[in-house]
This record gives sequence, C-alpha cells and structure tokens, in this order.
Amino acid sequence: MRVLSIVFLLLLSPVVVGQSLYQQLGEKEGISSIVEEMLYRVGGDERIVHHYDGVDIVRVHKLITEQVCDVVGGPCDYSGDTMKVSHEGMGVTHADFNALVEHLIIAMEKHNIPVSAQNQLLAKLAPMYGDIAEK
Amino acid sequence: MIKRGLLSAAALVLAVSPLTTFADTGSKLLATGGASTIEGAGGGGIVPWATLSSYADTGEWGATVNISEVAVDDFRLSVQGASLSWNNRVELSYAQQTFDLSTIGGELEQKVVGAKVRLFGNLVYGDWPQLSVGAQYKKNQKFSLPSAVGALDDSDTDWYVSAAKAWLDGPFHRTWVANLTARRTRANQIGLLGFGGDNEQNAKWVAEASVAAFLNRYWAVGVEFREKPDNLSFAKEDAWKDVFVAYFPSKTVSVVGAYTDLGSIAGLDDQSGWYLSLQAAF
Repeated sequence: MRVLSIVFLLLLSPVVVGQSLYQQLGEKEGISSIVEEMLYRVGGDERIVHHYDGVDIVRVHKLITEQVCDVVGGPCDYSGDTMKVSHEGMGVTHADFNALVEHLIIAMEKHNIPVSAQNQLLAKLAPMYGDIAEK
Repeated sequence: MIKRGLLSAAALVLAVSPLTTFADTGSKLLATGGASTIEGAGGGGIVPWATLSSYADTGEWGATVNISEVAVDDFRLSVQGASLSWNNRVELSYAQQTFDLSTIGGELEQKVVGAKVRLFGNLVYGDWPQLSVGAQYKKNQKFSLPSAVGALDDSDTDWYVSAAKAWLDGPFHRTWVANLTARRTRANQIGLLGFGGDNEQNAKWVAEASVAAFLNRYWAVGVEFREKPDNLSFAKEDAWKDVFVAYFPSKTVSVVGAYTDLGSIAGLDDQSGWYLSLQAAF
C-alpha cells in the first residue's frame, strides 16, 4: 500500500498546476530555442539530414516554431503549407519520423520542460504522422 | 553443399547491406522495444506484446540478449534468451528455461523458439493499436516428471494474437501503454509441466494483459495478468500476476524488477516472490 501511494505521488508531483502548456514551453522564445536545438541535432543525424538538402533552414525554423506555438494555444498563426503538402514525395519513413521526435524530446529535456508538458506537446504533434510519413 | 550455402549467404548479405543499416541502437523510441518475457519474446515480463523486441525500425536489424530470474517460495525459474528483429516487422526469439524445484527436489527444463509478425498499426502513432501474431514452439526436455503427473506431450506450439497501444498524454499527463494478448495453448505451467493432461487434452484460448505508466521516458510501473489452462488433475493451476518497475536508462540496456504471484504450482499454494530481468539490445 505504501509503495502504491509513493507511485501515486510520483505520478502527480511533476504536474505543474496553473500554467498553460504554452507558458510551460517558455512561450515563443522558449519554443524557438527548443526548435533550434532540435534542428541543430537533425543537422548531425545522417539518418535524416538528407531530407533537408537544399532547404532554407532559417525558414524551416521559423515555420516549425510558429506551428508549435499555434498548436499549443500560443498567439501565433502557422503560415506554412499543410503537413501533407510540405512532405509530399519526401519518403519520410517511420524510422525518420521517430528520429525527429527523439531530437524534439531531447531538446525539451535540455530545456528542462516538465514531462507532463512534453507529453502534451508530443500528443498534439503525433497525429501529424499520418500526413508526414509514407504509408 | 555447405560451400554453396555459405556463398549464397554471403551474396545475400552483400546484396542487402546497402539497403539496411545494422543500427547500433535503432530508430524506435526509447522503451518501445519493451522488455524480454520469460518465453523469449518481446513484451512485458510474462506477457508477449504486439511490440517487437529491440529498436529495429524501418530497414533496420536489431537483436537482444536477456536473462531473467524468478524466485518464489518453493521454486526458481532461470531464463536465458535472445531475439533478432527486422524492419519493426518480424521478431525471432529463443529462450532456455530451467525450473528448479527447490522444495520437491530436481529440476525441469524447456526450450522455446518463437516468431512474431507485426500485421498492422503502430504502437505510438495513429488511432489503431499495433497488432501482431506469434507462435511459440516449446520443447520440454525433462519430461519424466510431467509425464508421471499426467501430461500428454513433451512439445507443442502456442499461438497468439496481441494488440498494443500507447497514449502519449494519458492520465496524469503520463504516457501509458496497454497490451492485450489472446493465446491458444495447452501448456501446463507454460510447458514446464508438459502439454495437455488428464483433465483436458485440447488447447484453449486464454487472456493475458499488461498496463504500464511511464513516470518519465526512462521509468515505467505496471501490472500484468496471465490466464492459464488447468489440464492436470494432480494439482490445480492458477493465473499469474505481477507488479513491475522497468528502467530504460538507454537503448542498449533495460532492467525490470517485479513482485509476482504465481498462485498454486504442483500442489504448493501461494507461490509469490521476486522477478528480475536484464536485457541488452544491439
């Protein structure tokens, strides 16, 4: 019983109460640096870096930041194409998608984002899998 | 003949190697390869999951080696296992089990060769669960005792279908994973006491389930339940249960510790104790 209550406390304690997801991610500035860290890591990942050949990385950074800010309820409007259009014909595999997710998770860890906020953001981005990855 | 076999194997490796990467870790997300079950397949501790062992994702190969120990009041189970997975699609596994009858005296042994195929779906993404089917060929190697208590055969094959789903942002904003497995089996105490018996000769469907919550991406806590047939009249057989803590410090090593309740075994009731499993993945 004592073990169960400790487990229960562990489950509850990291939940930050009273802050919106947007705030927990550090608002626009925090999101921008998380995305920067993620793209920096992508640049060193030979599994997926080829997907970014000839791509304007500054523009990609701006768009992803905008998009994350938008989906977590921040004061931004994503101005890019739909995920389906922007990833058409790129041949993104399940492995490639996971690689990017892993870089995002590590970037969030480096920015000390609470696990609860990480999970909320991942759950908002995961449904894009169907439009980004090839079948 | 042997030479030709080696040559074609080498040719195959050369042909395939540019297309696949023997990734040193693999691209699946941390912990999504699961732990190693006592029957060798990837899963929880006692329930095979729809997930495939190791971190081999699209076009990748992966392998694991694992050891598990279960110590309950009157018995001890030692398992050495290994698995090979490809493309997040196919898993082959092997386990050698030694069941020490500490109180009764003597020991039982069994080999388990398993195969699992992911049919469709994806543990993490999409609305559908990941669905896999698998088979476990089991060969009891110390059949005199099982035979003496009424077991009919020293080998048989279990068939199972498993569905697994993760919720990234589940209750308490934690990631949760659930797995349901339906197994067709006639194994007595997973085959350690042979297959079929005087009470029931034929295979039946049994239900197995696991639920786990990830406190963060490295630590998970969960419960497992495994229904079993009751084929032998000499002693009743109960469902198995455990409560576990799993630790995934990296994609190369994982550790699972559990408190387990194996019910009545060979007439000795209330067998409970500890379970510890170590896995290395490549």
